[in-house]
Amino acid sequence: MTARLTPEHFRQLLAERIFILDGAMGTMIQQHQLEEADYRGNEFADWPCDVKGNNDLLVLSQPQLIANIHRQYLLAGADIVETNSFNATTIAMADYQMEGLSARINFEAAAVARKVCDEVTALEPHKPRFVAGVLGPTNRTASISPDVNDPGFRNVSFDELVNAYTESTHALIAGGADIIMLETIFDTLNAKAAAFAVLQVFDEVGFKLPVMISGTITDASGRTLSGQTTEAFYHSLAHIEPVCFGLNCALGPDLLRPYVETLSGVSEAYVSVHPNAGLPNEFGEYDLGAEEMAAEIADWAAQGFLNIVGGCCGTTPEHIKAIADAVKAAPPRQPKAASHSFHLAGLEAFSVEW
Amino acid sequence: MQQQARFINVGERTNVTGSARFKKLILNGDYEAALDVARQQVENGAQIIDINMDEAMLDSKAAMVRYLSLLASEPDISRVPIMVDSSKWEVIEAALKCIQGKAVVNSISLKEGEAPFLHQAQLLRRYGAAVVVMAFDEQGQADTKTRKVEICQRAYKILTEQIGFPPQDIIFDPNIFAVATGIEEHNNYAVDFIEATREIKRLCPHAKISGGVSNVSFSFRGNDAVREAIHSVFLYHAIAAGMDMGIVNAGQLTVYDDIPPLLKERVEDVILNRRDDATERLLEIAAQFKGDGSVAEKIDDAWRSLPVNKRLEHALVKGITDFIDIDTEEARQQAEKPLHVIEGPLMDGMNVVGDLFGEGKMFLPQVVKSARVMKKAVAYLQPYIELEKEGGRAQGKVLLATVKGDVHDIGKNIVGVVLQCNNFEVIDLGVMVPCAELLRVAKERDVDVIGLSGLITPSLDEMVHVAKEMTRLGFTQPLLIGGATTSKAHTAVKIEPNYANGVVYVPNASRSVSVVQSLITPDSKAGYLARVKGEYEVAREQHARSRPGEKLLSLNEAKANKFKLDLTKVAPAPKQPGVHLWQDVDLNILREYIDWTPFFLTWQLSGKYPAILNHAEVGMEARKLFKDANAMLDSMINDGHVKGKAVFGLFPANSDGDDIVVYTDETRQVEQARLYNLRQQLQLRNNAPNCSLADFIAPRSSGVKDYIGGFAVSTGFGADEFAAKFAAEHDDYNSIMVKALADRLAEALAEYLHLKVRREYWGYAADEALTNEQLIRELYQGIRPAPGYPACPEHTEKGTLWQLLDVDAQTGITLTESYAMWPGAAVSGWYFGHPDSKYFAVSKIGEDQLTDYASKKGWSRAEAESWLAPNIR
Repeated sequence: MTARLTPEHFRQLLAERIFILDGAMGTMIQQHQLEEADYRGNEFADWPCDVKGNNDLLVLSQPQLIANIHRQYLLAGADIVETNSFNATTIAMADYQMEGLSARINFEAAAVARKVCDEVTALEPHKPRFVAGVLGPTNRTASISPDVNDPGFRNVSFDELVNAYTESTHALIAGGADIIMLETIFDTLNAKAAAFAVLQVFDEVGFKLPVMISGTITDASGRTLSGQTTEAFYHSLAHIEPVCFGLNCALGPDLLRPYVETLSGVSEAYVSVHPNAGLPNEFGEYDLGAEEMAAEIADWAAQGFLNIVGGCCGTTPEHIKAIADAVKAAPPRQPKAASHSFHLAGLEAFSVEW
Repeated sequence: MQQQARFINVGERTNVTGSARFKKLILNGDYEAALDVARQQVENGAQIIDINMDEAMLDSKAAMVRYLSLLASEPDISRVPIMVDSSKWEVIEAALKCIQGKAVVNSISLKEGEAPFLHQAQLLRRYGAAVVVMAFDEQGQADTKTRKVEICQRAYKILTEQIGFPPQDIIFDPNIFAVATGIEEHNNYAVDFIEATREIKRLCPHAKISGGVSNVSFSFRGNDAVREAIHSVFLYHAIAAGMDMGIVNAGQLTVYDDIPPLLKERVEDVILNRRDDATERLLEIAAQFKGDGSVAEKIDDAWRSLPVNKRLEHALVKGITDFIDIDTEEARQQAEKPLHVIEGPLMDGMNVVGDLFGEGKMFLPQVVKSARVMKKAVAYLQPYIELEKEGGRAQGKVLLATVKGDVHDIGKNIVGVVLQCNNFEVIDLGVMVPCAELLRVAKERDVDVIGLSGLITPSLDEMVHVAKEMTRLGFTQPLLIGGATTSKAHTAVKIEPNYANGVVYVPNASRSVSVVQSLITPDSKAGYLARVKGEYEVAREQHARSRPGEKLLSLNEAKANKFKLDLTKVAPAPKQPGVHLWQDVDLNILREYIDWTPFFLTWQLSGKYPAILNHAEVGMEARKLFKDANAMLDSMINDGHVKGKAVFGLFPANSDGDDIVVYTDETRQVEQARLYNLRQQLQLRNNAPNCSLADFIAPRSSGVKDYIGGFAVSTGFGADEFAAKFAAEHDDYNSIMVKALADRLAEALAEYLHLKVRREYWGYAADEALTNEQLIRELYQGIRPAPGYPACPEHTEKGTLWQLLDVDAQTGITLTESYAMWPGAAVSGWYFGHPDSKYFAVSKIGEDQLTDYASKKGWSRAEAESWLAPNIR
């Protein structure tokens, strides 16, 4: 890596071809069937609570394993890998009493991805690989009450989220992230707090990185968990001028399609999608095969919906390779021309065109 | 309101400075009623709601945060954007931290100079809000056209040029002041606003104009009719000049063209400042038009003044039965024939319901209520139609039945209602319908489609049987398959190959309409069936090559890899061994043990209780349903419509190979019963043990004294009769409700009984203290697997349980030929007390175990294959 990736440069690259994002991290980790001791490694052998399942901790305790997963995705054709920091905010880390490690995990998550990206870029210098520093949704919701008896109650505030995301963002940038990615957004207010933090951090460090936004439509109602439609979600976050707007997780490509189409129709930013490999079966496994998934995505590309595509839960390097092959020849989507239409949003979008 | 097509209504009533009533509600902490104010504004057409908590007596910031947090849980309100209205920056900022959507802030201004203005605007950009900028600067509030234009233009330049604020997100409020105050300088205020609007729009591209409209008529407080006329005239001219939005009482806008001519003329004189005596002349006539301002109340039953067809539609969509007889009578008198009422307005209304349901804008409980209205209307017309022999012009006839041996009918009843709502004739043969009778009726009534339902696994075989019989007897109608244990895979692999004229798996009630529609329309039928056939080909292929890594161990290998029981942890002897009977359970105790999540699922509202009550999409419907359910429970329990009974026992037991031996007494000499168990044979990941329930009981050879329990409960006594009463009154909603609740009570009784057994009767967990949520998540010691479910999937073992507890005689709960329990709201199973006992799925078994099990049970091979069908694939 030489020059820092700017939003403008990233936009130029995206105008040339469809970029490939990596696939699932969790699914790949699961295949190793790690036990408590593997998660702990040497450093956390005496940690007071169980840490099995704390996948983000692996960047400290099993960095080679995470590096290998990144490498597999890059060799399968991914242009961008997502850092293993989905749950690394202080808020989500509290489950493991590891708030104090949040910054270190974010830093190492970016650093390990950085190293592998540079290594693969060196093999194919014409095709630089990028690190997307992931800010996950946390395990709390700022606009939904966890207490039925008091719908006005909240277990996390905007300011707490801003603090947590500020710490993570600084660490991701210091660790070498090229892009900041807010993903699997199920509550737009959480994402607005993350966006607030990210813009603040950009001010503090004195430069801007490209931002990617990716929301989650939780079920066939076509809404986010916090109740917004795709359009409302878009207009609620458009103010941070992300390079890319997208959808990921929860659904397989078949069920996600109508919302991808909707988003592609409204977005003045580039569009990214990383769906699950179908819906989980009765065993909680994802069984949509690489070729089947790639076939659906090839059609999206042909329809001109896509600028960046990858996979979420259940996808593997095999899926990413199939997807990369399937969209290779397709031209990238042209973003909607910037307009001066007026948009507001509640759970639904409110737009006037005069 | 044609002239208002380009105008955005901002609801003004949720404002403590503008509404005395809202202020009182907030000061008294009555947020519930305060939310209703917002809801009414949205229902009355407000496209944005303005919220203002600026009141000296109030902690404005706390009130704003509280109100917005509550509002976020009201999807019918929070679907629209919010306008945060405050003159205090800290209140604005606190509000923006509670709003997930893109809001408007009302307002900031140049009052304190450029620096704070820029700082605030920059932060608003970061929060992602649009902004109202008031025409206010260091010199004060702008009143003339020139000052208004000057300030707005200055603010526009600062915002767009210095910080790149998007011009379309800037909304100017050039100040609407009261006219007709008697002070001469005020007479031109409306004109100043209108003219300034025109100019600002010209000079500031993409910016919007807004204002608080009710200010203009302030001097006519108390005369709502005149005030409304003033608002309407003012808006008419301001919108023409380019005003984009206004803060208004959304329920109280009169249409410009509807204003009486005399009033209109004099109001117009005032607004446009057309003559010096305009104010006096308006005052002269104002008293004549004095209204009482009760518009808001009229709105609620405004639908009663619609034409009768529209009233019927409204009643159907909203599920209101109050006026249905009167309205139906009126429609009948207008119609040429009574049947035309059904075919005309009623069907039209139901089509609206069907469309809304199809679009996901109505939910199942609402549709069932609509059906209740429809049925009542049809029942009213029935005597008049009696003589007319035209017959119903239904789209098609569908025969529905729960198959032989099965008593479960809630899902089938819902499908029936949904189909009827869509104008299909439904012949419902009820439950436990033998194949021969089903096919006889199908032939006699010449039905178009046959639908089978079932919940227990033996029903799957019965469906295969019906398919074979249909082939043998030369049927041509398509066959639909539905119910909890059915699946696309089973339909494709086991049923469809047996009948060539179309077999379709229907996953839920809402899908039934489109499926039946496709099958009944001649043009689409063949294509649809061909497509389904293709899908099932694929499903079969997938099934055939599914789980390639799956390996079946021999029965002996599986036994060698059995679960190793820790004999030091075997539960102690029961404190109260033997058989116990609860003759009449106090059902009120059970209410807190109800697991509500499956109840909502029955009504196709999916989401976890209690979160579902605040779900953005279905929350409101879920709350209504929950309320109705609790009212029905009150009636079922307190009026004694249903009774609950339970029988259970705890016995000395040991395992003997894969069998469990139950002894007559503690001497453990005489076998009272022998329970046969199946063992997992699939090789499991990480070589996990291949379990059988027998593994959880200490073997005879160990010499350890172990125990087992059994139970059967039902809360269905009286439920069918009570449900039938509602059905007779054409009230499927409540009929289905009764059955669904009886099911929930039975599950709750099983849960409660298990708890009592753990804590008292067996007593191995005397100190257990778990919440209902923890009980639902099965965090207790021991399990209660039910014959017919994955750990012991073979249904006939229920017979052994029935003998052991003498269930028939003790309680009246009986078993059908397929070993379904009657009444349907029943649960039975075994109790295992060992702390390591766990639920598992037997899944696929091999030829060796099939033979072994058949010989133990004394079955022929055919019998064994039939009872174990789900496990041999």
